[in-house]
Amino acid sequence: MSTATSPATVLLDCGSGGKASQRLIADCFFRHFHNPILSAMDDAARLDLHGPLAMSTDSYTVTPLVFPGGSIGTLAVHGTVNDVSMLGARPRYLSCGFIIEEGLDFALLDRVTADMAAAARAAGVLIVTGDTKVVPRGACDKLFINTTGIGEIIADPAPSGHRARPGDVVLISGSMGDHGLTVMARREGLSFVSDVASDSAPLNGMVEELLRRTGDIHVLRDPTRGGLATTLNEIAGQSGVSITVREADIPVRENVKNGCSFLGLDPLYLANEGKLICILPQEKAETALEAMRASPYGAEAAAIGTVLDPDDGPAKAGQVILETPIGGRRLLSMLEGDQLPRIC
Amino acid sequence: MDYTSAFRDPALCRGLLERLARALDAGGGKPLRFMEVCGTHTVAIFQSGLRALLPPSVTHLSGPGCPVCVTHDAEVAMFLNLAERDSVRIATFGDLLRVPGPDGRTLKHALAAGARVDIIYSPLDALRLAAGHPGETVVFLGIGFETTAPTVAGAMLMARQQGLKNFTVLSFHKLVPPALRALLEDPECAVDAFLLPGHVSTILGLEPYRFLAGEYRTPGVVAGFDPADILLALCLMAEQRRDDAPAVVNAYRRAVDDNGNPRARAVLEQVFRPADALWRGIGRIPASGLTIAPDFADMDAMRRLDLVLPEVKPIPGCKCGEVLKGKRAPDACPLFGKTCTPANPVGPCMVSTEGSCAAYYKYHLEG
Repeated sequence: MSTATSPATVLLDCGSGGKASQRLIADCFFRHFHNPILSAMDDAARLDLHGPLAMSTDSYTVTPLVFPGGSIGTLAVHGTVNDVSMLGARPRYLSCGFIIEEGLDFALLDRVTADMAAAARAAGVLIVTGDTKVVPRGACDKLFINTTGIGEIIADPAPSGHRARPGDVVLISGSMGDHGLTVMARREGLSFVSDVASDSAPLNGMVEELLRRTGDIHVLRDPTRGGLATTLNEIAGQSGVSITVREADIPVRENVKNGCSFLGLDPLYLANEGKLICILPQEKAETALEAMRASPYGAEAAAIGTVLDPDDGPAKAGQVILETPIGGRRLLSMLEGDQLPRIC
Repeated sequence: MDYTSAFRDPALCRGLLERLARALDAGGGKPLRFMEVCGTHTVAIFQSGLRALLPPSVTHLSGPGCPVCVTHDAEVAMFLNLAERDSVRIATFGDLLRVPGPDGRTLKHALAAGARVDIIYSPLDALRLAAGHPGETVVFLGIGFETTAPTVAGAMLMARQQGLKNFTVLSFHKLVPPALRALLEDPECAVDAFLLPGHVSTILGLEPYRFLAGEYRTPGVVAGFDPADILLALCLMAEQRRDDAPAVVNAYRRAVDDNGNPRARAVLEQVFRPADALWRGIGRIPASGLTIAPDFADMDAMRRLDLVLPEVKPIPGCKCGEVLKGKRAPDACPLFGKTCTPANPVGPCMVSTEGSCAAYYKYHLEG
């Protein structure tokens, strides 16, 4: 963006609270986010909410800021909207905090803010309060965004990681690993990883449809950092059950598979930003799959496994087993830290 | 043919498993101990679930095939010390970041303390780093086998062409065939056949392995990394044992030429010279490493930065050496899963994702 009043880059003055700050807020944030609650410009937002509430916060840091399929702006909205949704809630409002490194290209900030606004509109949530800080060069990496989301819980009982029961089926809403591989490939300039895009998407619509059609869902989780493997291990641990999943039934795009194979990465540990895991009784599996597939973000939804009673073997409580396509069984364990590309 | 799925075909794999069982039966049911010497094989065998499907008379051993794992404690201590030097920038593949030195410190700790350490994906990235930081000496950590070494040699040739003065290599490269010989020379080593590394063999071809069958009457089969590739190799190994006809054969023809890659070997010979090398757990093996040739002394970090291998004490209790030689299963190490876990690795076999202990910890399902 280039208006007469806006510098090409963000300066420390823009976080001073003075006129430069006000210009940044007016020219960028208000222009994109405008809604009656935000426009009241009071010290706090007045919200109209009912019943039990779900609240979640997350801080977003990603390099690069813009990547195929999204940007830090879409992530900041989708990530928090999805986290609130996973409690069986209808997300309503978001707050946002921007920490900006001085010298950030104003056009980039504008692009990211526009992405946030568009993502919020598409998800049907309002960004109602915010804060901006500009920090000296080197004090942060270009741009960090925090969002907090609040929503009304519409499920009773609410889904929880503690509610997986032996006999339940494990469903996922689509392919695994797209976001993680895309961001890594862009960050590291890996030209051989081509035609991949982040799956960044809002899942609140899908969750509402799932709840409407199935009634009770035991577990809803979005497998973000640490991927499917990590999230399934968390659920198995919280619920005191074991989980078995069939590798052949887990959708992974061919180019994600190939990129991972080259780098020695496992797509089941890569982050997703527009997928969910749904665990519910066997008899509701088909209905749930239909509900997921009805969403624009769930066309490839699949049943991938079952929840087991650890007393019946073969795995202990908290363990996840992977059945491989050739019929072998092995642990699908939790990772210690980031996956690091290997030396051959 | 769809190369991404054809060699993972469940029906094909079932057929090969039956063929393997027949070969073992015909051999009188005699147990077969095979060893792979490639970290990618280690992971592939676990990850595909193949390990759980092998007949009970087959024992699978992971040999010294993970480049991180065989890097000697003294070599690790050296590059950790180097990372603390002013005006040095370390360029490394990612999996060295978590390798603990004798005092438990890693490059991750060095990084957190302000050292200049860059993860790169190709040695050519290190050239760009050197060009971008003319005031620093960029040291590329040359760790790997015959697969990796030619690209490092290529980068050195390019550095010369570009006139880069601040690009150096710390060459701890190791060679696979001398390690196989050292294993076979060890009287305690009981390996019936070697699954030979597919990637390394794309460079070497078959010739450097001929001594396995010729001198030690031990089968060696070059294998790819999909389950059917590995199973086919196991069948050939069991059949050679059954027929008492050891040979070195290529079961990965879609990637490996019997003659290897002469151009890559020529580049290696131009830039490197064979030299004795230290292997963790095994010790000094004659002519099993690569040092930098005199013509390229200006790019040799050892010479440029006056480095000497520090004296280090072995890690108390760590049995990585015996694990690497196939003498001990990972969970037979007293530290395994107790003080040594991926969260807090004591030995290198637990650090690298391709290390046998890490793979065992990560994938092995008890019972």
